[in-house]
Amino acid sequence: MTSKANDERKSDIVYDVDNLNLWYGNDQALRDVTLDIKRNEVTAIIGPSGCGKSTFIKTLNRMVELIPIVRTSGEIYYHGNNIFEKTTRVEDLRTKVGMVFQKPNPFPKSVFENVVYGPRIHGIKSRKVLEEIAEISLKRAALWDEVKDRLHDNAYGLSGGQQQRLCIARVLAVEPEVVLMDEPTSALDPISTLKIEDLIHELKQTYTIIIVTHNMQQAGRISEKTAFFLNGEVIEYDRTEMIFSTPKDKRTEDYITGRFG
Amino acid sequence: MANGSGSGKYEKLAIEAPSFQKRTKRRILLDKVAGKLFSLSIFFALAVLCILLYQIVSKSIGWLDFKFLTGNLSMDPYKAGIRGVIIGSVLLMVVVIPVTLLLGVSTAIYLEEYAGKSRLRSIINTNISNLASVPSVIFGLLGLTVFGRLFNLGSSILAGGLTLSLLVLPIVVVASQEAIRAVPGFLRDASYAIGATKWTTVKKVVLPASLPGILTGSILAMSRAIGETAPLVVLGIPTLILRIPNGLLDDFTALPIQIYYWTLDTVLTAEYANLAAATIVVLLVLLFLMNSAAIIIRNKFQKRY
Amino acid sequence: MDGRINIRELIMKSAGGALHRRADRIVSVFLLLAASISIITSIGIVLTLVTDAAHFFSEVSLRDFFGKNLAPLGSNPSFGVLPLIVGTLASSLLAMIVAVPVGLTAAIYMSEFAPAGLRNTLKPMMEVLAGIPTIVYGFFAYSFVTPMLMKMLPGLEAKNVLSAGLVMGVMIIPMVASLSEDAMNAVPTALREGALALGSTKLEVTLKVVVPAAISGIIASFILGISRAVGETMIVVIASGSSKKLTFDIMQSMQTMTSYIVEFTGGDAGSGTTGYYSLYAVGLLLFIFTLIMNLIAQYISKKYREAY
Repeated sequence: MTSKANDERKSDIVYDVDNLNLWYGNDQALRDVTLDIKRNEVTAIIGPSGCGKSTFIKTLNRMVELIPIVRTSGEIYYHGNNIFEKTTRVEDLRTKVGMVFQKPNPFPKSVFENVVYGPRIHGIKSRKVLEEIAEISLKRAALWDEVKDRLHDNAYGLSGGQQQRLCIARVLAVEPEVVLMDEPTSALDPISTLKIEDLIHELKQTYTIIIVTHNMQQAGRISEKTAFFLNGEVIEYDRTEMIFSTPKDKRTEDYITGRFG
Repeated sequence: MANGSGSGKYEKLAIEAPSFQKRTKRRILLDKVAGKLFSLSIFFALAVLCILLYQIVSKSIGWLDFKFLTGNLSMDPYKAGIRGVIIGSVLLMVVVIPVTLLLGVSTAIYLEEYAGKSRLRSIINTNISNLASVPSVIFGLLGLTVFGRLFNLGSSILAGGLTLSLLVLPIVVVASQEAIRAVPGFLRDASYAIGATKWTTVKKVVLPASLPGILTGSILAMSRAIGETAPLVVLGIPTLILRIPNGLLDDFTALPIQIYYWTLDTVLTAEYANLAAATIVVLLVLLFLMNSAAIIIRNKFQKRY
Repeated sequence: MDGRINIRELIMKSAGGALHRRADRIVSVFLLLAASISIITSIGIVLTLVTDAAHFFSEVSLRDFFGKNLAPLGSNPSFGVLPLIVGTLASSLLAMIVAVPVGLTAAIYMSEFAPAGLRNTLKPMMEVLAGIPTIVYGFFAYSFVTPMLMKMLPGLEAKNVLSAGLVMGVMIIPMVASLSEDAMNAVPTALREGALALGSTKLEVTLKVVVPAAISGIIASFILGISRAVGETMIVVIASGSSKKLTFDIMQSMQTMTSYIVEFTGGDAGSGTTGYYSLYAVGLLLFIFTLIMNLIAQYISKKYREAY
């Protein structure tokens, strides 16, 4: 670990990504990605499909390593600790960095069992505590009022939008600091999408959120910062209003004006 | 075209020629006949099945009664009962079920969840598919040498059970692998993303979701084991055991073995054929029940995600 | 929001993580051990057969082993396995004469001709046929098929290869049918539609498009069928008897490799004698034969999978 571990930067910077490269076999998916992510901000990652934006956020909690042929170089510091270091346990990292996926992926269990899955596997056994956690988490995910009477019904009976908020509640139930969202609304209808966006507004008071989206209006509505990815490179990373009003790079401009991809 | 309003050059199309139309008719007829002929093959196979069942059931009538099921073995066909034989088969399953489930499901979990795309995985996979087609007598020789003589278990229930376990292990492994593979990846992702370890994910997400498939495959493997004869004969199960086995180290006889000996001895005592038929009915009913259970489990849990 | 501190602290306090990680490591070792059992089984089979067959071959030359005379229990025993090989091939050949045409046409019917509803009832019924223990088929061959054939063929012996082979064929029908059907189902529908759109009948589509496209899978199913017939034991033990005479007459009794093994472990040969070791030599021969068949079948069906 370098000196970065103990200097003052850790106060505000959650993620510090340094020269990150990533290959699937021989195909390079990320090239020299370098950026900082600040606490309690929403950072949007945009770019055409295949640009590496999903790969990038899956690297932040090392989910990308579930694909056996992945290799990386470069560093990612999470609060000053290199997440690729041998001493970093992926389980600990993923407890602090939650993730919401493209398609809602509840377990084929009851709503309640879905929410308390995390607390349970981390050793919380008391029924009372679990019930409390479930209520808090579902309330934070703005789902409590809709499901409080059917906590023990199968989660697959919920609508798509509700399932996605359940998945968010499931993540919140282990009290993460960061929530990664990989196109969380791409499989949802407009109304459900709006609900999730409102939710993200609420959540950023408490959490740091990194969201991949293919929808530029969405990025404009919800994020403080935006990174534009193209062919695995960060072309531009700035305050969202800057990216959308006065992009510095021609390629960014082409993309956000829709002349491209 | 029939009224000649079209252009002349289409009139000579071959399709219009009477010989062509005749040919088409013949082709369609041939198709119909072939379809019927092919269906006969299936009905031949099913007819044999019906004759087989009829023959066996009719031979067992008058012999298969409560006394037969609960009585002890005897040389006298009119006194013989198969209580000890049924107990033997049940005790055999007491060995086979836990051993194959534990080993088979563990192997499948290892191959599907732990081994990645490694070389070891492909070696074990190839090995299992080859093992699945090794003749059962060969497993008998293995059991005779290793369990019978090397471990000195003789022709006990334990030796027989372990031999049968190895024989049906590939079936359980392959069925469990398929069931585990059918669990969608997004469920695993959800679990890992909350910080679950691999084993937690397997235990809490993968196994519950694949359990119906694993159970179905395992029941089918057990029904193979319960009807298997050759390996047990090779182990040297004694011809006639009049004592009921007490423990797993006792000698025993089982349903298929008893059918075998009674069939062989029909030359001496014709009534043994009826005893064999009655025992077959017991075995087939058992198999029928196991298979029905497998089908019910499969249908009940099929609709998910 | 007091909940925030609450949950995180509880998780930290419960220390479930360390426990889970230790369990994870122990479990992965156990799973690897379980998975290696299948490898150990294979090694065990090969070692068992090879070591005891080596004892045998230290006493009997390869030339005598592939000789015509089989008299393991005589005062001057001889161990020529040709009668067993002939018996094995004869019974397997008879079985395939039944299983190949019936199995293949049954597969064609189910895959190409039968309406979906009918197929869904026929398939489980074929599975029932496949699930019947071979001892039951043996009983059926001996107590029904042989007496029935005797009425038609006066010279038939009470134990004969004919009846054993035919019944074995019936036993193998479901296997050939289901593997061939799988191969035909793997043929893309687009190929069928292409031929149908040209005005072909179902029969023409089957014979000119589907069967040629699936041919390697179909042939693999035949080879696996032969392998199964060669390794099949109880039917031949019961219905074909144990004559060790070298003959090509299917009306007579012939012994196969498998039934030789069963006869001699039945207690006739004491451990340590040449007769006892001959079991392993025959077992090894049987093992090699079926292994080669399976490897050929795997090779053929792998090649065909690359076709689409």
